[in-house]
Amino acid sequence: MRVLIPTPLQSYTGGRRLVAAHGDRLADLLDDLDQQYPGIRFRMVNEQDQVRPHMTIYVRGERTRQLDTSLHECEEVVILQALSGG
Amino acid sequence: MQQNRLLIATRKGLFILNSEDGRTRWSLDEPVFLGHIIQHAVADPRRPSTILAAAKTGHLGPTVFRSLDNGKTWQEAQQPPAFAKANDGSTGRVVDHTFWLTPGHPREPGVWWAGSSPQALWRSEDEGRSWQGVRGFNDHPDYALRTEDPQGGTPDGPVLHSILIDPRDADHLYFALSGGGVWETRDRGENWTPLNEGMATVLADPDTPPSADTPTSLTWQPIGSSHDPHCVQLHPLNPDILYQQNHCGIYRLERPASRWTRIGRNMPTDVGDIGFVVGLHPRDTSTAWVFPMDGTDVWPRTSPDGRPAIYTTHDAGQSWQRRDQGLPERGWFTVKRQGMAVDQHDPVGIYLGTTSGEVWASTDTGESWRQIAAHLPEIYAVETA
Repeated sequence: MRVLIPTPLQSYTGGRRLVAAHGDRLADLLDDLDQQYPGIRFRMVNEQDQVRPHMTIYVRGERTRQLDTSLHECEEVVILQALSGG
Repeated sequence: MQQNRLLIATRKGLFILNSEDGRTRWSLDEPVFLGHIIQHAVADPRRPSTILAAAKTGHLGPTVFRSLDNGKTWQEAQQPPAFAKANDGSTGRVVDHTFWLTPGHPREPGVWWAGSSPQALWRSEDEGRSWQGVRGFNDHPDYALRTEDPQGGTPDGPVLHSILIDPRDADHLYFALSGGGVWETRDRGENWTPLNEGMATVLADPDTPPSADTPTSLTWQPIGSSHDPHCVQLHPLNPDILYQQNHCGIYRLERPASRWTRIGRNMPTDVGDIGFVVGLHPRDTSTAWVFPMDGTDVWPRTSPDGRPAIYTTHDAGQSWQRRDQGLPERGWFTVKRQGMAVDQHDPVGIYLGTTSGEVWASTDTGESWRQIAAHLPEIYAVETA
């Protein structure tokens, strides 16, 4: 499936906004992304397997922070990061 | 001609200042990691082309970057500092940011140490590619007693800093917790003992008898987060000598003694001895520099009366002299705990990075100052390279 990568993480994907990754669950997809783009997962998910604050992931158009979210019949995962700050 | 380089870690990226004419003219490279929070960037004295940088980027997780070519190209750590995953159902610790980097002992190429927030000690044996927690401290049963609550009072989170390695013994280290005191190990981190005797806290001063308004329920303790060393330095010429700029004063300790002496009592009373940073002369154990700040009222943390100055001692803190030639008559900035660097030249050069994004240099051992960079983001750390 295709994955939309936010600009702060595109340094990992060679500047690509859209990449392909696979997995039955969101956790599997993030592992696949990390295999392809080493280091990208830890910047989105902490060592306790929690999606970091201000990171948002949409699966089938719905926001989730649960890594066990099923990706069954999902064609697109959108990763967003708030650009709030100063 | 002498080449000099300064690594300037800022809230908005890493900046490198270069001088190729003996510290007269300085040029600023284009920023590296623009927009990333760089807490500390340090070159490896054992292999000077290697630089490590501790980064946290907006809302992204913390990491460590490594360059093997003087900052031209960078690779990210494969395993940045991170706590172990907690057992199901319990709340696990999460590294917010890596705050401090120290190259290992000269006889241990590839070894680096790091301090983080929440307070934890990390070690790498492969030049910063992978990092492991030092269990003797991070997983000690008294960890919560020894360290400051992550939600505690230190702005931007409590930090482990000032990781100091005895050049005579790679197993002998010190570090400091802000707050939490100074700690020492003689077995490479398996066991740690506090080294806080003589240090005042905001609640009590061991040099002063209790008075009627001394809290009786919160007495001075040899361990505990009420101790707040801001910056500790080990003298490179005599590693038995330590200087400390504490939240509550300036201290000196000469081992094997274990009681700190408050040498800041000899500072002018209208200036006081509060500050973040202390720097040491590389070849004179009695010369040190501090940059005092206003610790009154709500703690503005700017120079007392807005008159920036460095204070120098040449007699191990028995007396202090004000040095402000070249610094602005009035200025309202702070030099943070990693914001002073000292080079190895003769005469010694001293460098200050300010929260207002200016770098000030003295190439005459602190006697006079000039600005060598301005309009940078808030400066967190300055290191010579």
